[in-house]
Amino acid sequence: MTAIIQARQLAKRYGQRAALSNCTLSVPSGRVVGLVGPNGAGKSTLLKLACGMLAPSSGTITVLGHRPGAGSAQISRVAFVAQDAPVYPALSIADHLKLGARLNPRWNQAYATARIADLHLDPAQRAGRLSGGQRAQLALTLATGKQPDLLILDEPVASLDPLARRDFLRQLMQDVAEHGTSVVLSSHLISDLELVCDHLIVLSASHVRLTGDVERLTATHHRITCARRDPATLPAGLHVIAAEHTDRQSTFIVHSDTPPPKGDWAIDPVGLEELVLTYMEHDRGRDPGPGGDSAAADQDSADQGSEVAR
Amino acid sequence: MIEFHLDPRSGVAPYLQIVQQVHQALLLGLLSEGDQLPTVKQVVATVAINPNTVLKAYRELERDGLAAAKPGVGTFITRSLGQASLAEQAPLRDELEEWLKRARAAALSDPGIQALFHRALRESAERDT
Repeated sequence: MTAIIQARQLAKRYGQRAALSNCTLSVPSGRVVGLVGPNGAGKSTLLKLACGMLAPSSGTITVLGHRPGAGSAQISRVAFVAQDAPVYPALSIADHLKLGARLNPRWNQAYATARIADLHLDPAQRAGRLSGGQRAQLALTLATGKQPDLLILDEPVASLDPLARRDFLRQLMQDVAEHGTSVVLSSHLISDLELVCDHLIVLSASHVRLTGDVERLTATHHRITCARRDPATLPAGLHVIAAEHTDRQSTFIVHSDTPPPKGDWAIDPVGLEELVLTYMEHDRGRDPGPGGDSAAADQDSADQGSEVAR
Repeated sequence: MIEFHLDPRSGVAPYLQIVQQVHQALLLGLLSEGDQLPTVKQVVATVAINPNTVLKAYRELERDGLAAAKPGVGTFITRSLGQASLAEQAPLRDELEEWLKRARAAALSDPGIQALFHRALRESAERDT
């Protein structure tokens, strides 16, 4: 399967500050990708690099096989909605659709107007008077109206109330079901994305911590609970991601390509949210310099990603 | 037509929740042979989940011989698990109730019984695959 986004050693620095470091990943097409990480982890930077609004400081990124932002053909295939769904407050909804039609060669006006009607929005309404949820829906309509192959959404639901959040995700999933669009959407909360994404990228402190298809990630991580023991005494092939001990009990989150062997321990699945938190916690407080521990872990997880992509 | 309800907190994979809910609807007689399952688009429009999750669940139902896809139309139930199968289940249910009595007599609490059952179920499923 072709990769929709391919990054090799991608890095972005703002002066002395590294916003994204040593980012190597491969995202297969046709996925809904959740990009998760705490605020300031580098999520927006990665998304802006993917749509060509930023240029890398070093390394390479290709999107749909080409350099992001390279020519109008490439731009017409990628849609990007920035954080908080920016629209023109003084322009009406109809004006926004007119702009969309003039600026995008693949624009589908019939689809866009039908969607505005489905949302019970008045085309004459000025965008500045819309609620947060309506503004997000307008931005999504503009982005999907250009019929992109890849739709990139930066924190699309962060500022929405739970009802608007659900409406937005329903609409987005309908678009995916209908057009097979690949989607990348970021959030600092995995719980927002748990049911919608089938591929995951976890970023923290400017590094990729984990990447891969959700199904594979949950199948290869396990929680082992047992009487207190030294992780070194666990069977070979179990890579310990996190260990917690009380005076009599030990709990390990392990990565293993094959199911762990039976033993005097209990093996349980690890939920997506716990998995994400485990990887973030694991790397917290570390200074991940290039060539250090975390860089090796990045390479490891990037290999997993490409394994899934094959 | 039935509707699905998904709980991300349940610890059960979302596609499996759909499969289980179809099984349940069959057992309760809410679905029977010839009935159409909601289309992928209908499901994602109500529960906001990844369309591939629905496809995966439907493929699983096809493998189990419970449903079949008619290209361009939708997915249909091909087998009933109605009253007959409820009757078949009666002896199993009796045995289970016997077992529950013994578990309570052994001072197991309900959460304890659930944990024991879920673990045994999962481990036996893993052995079989």
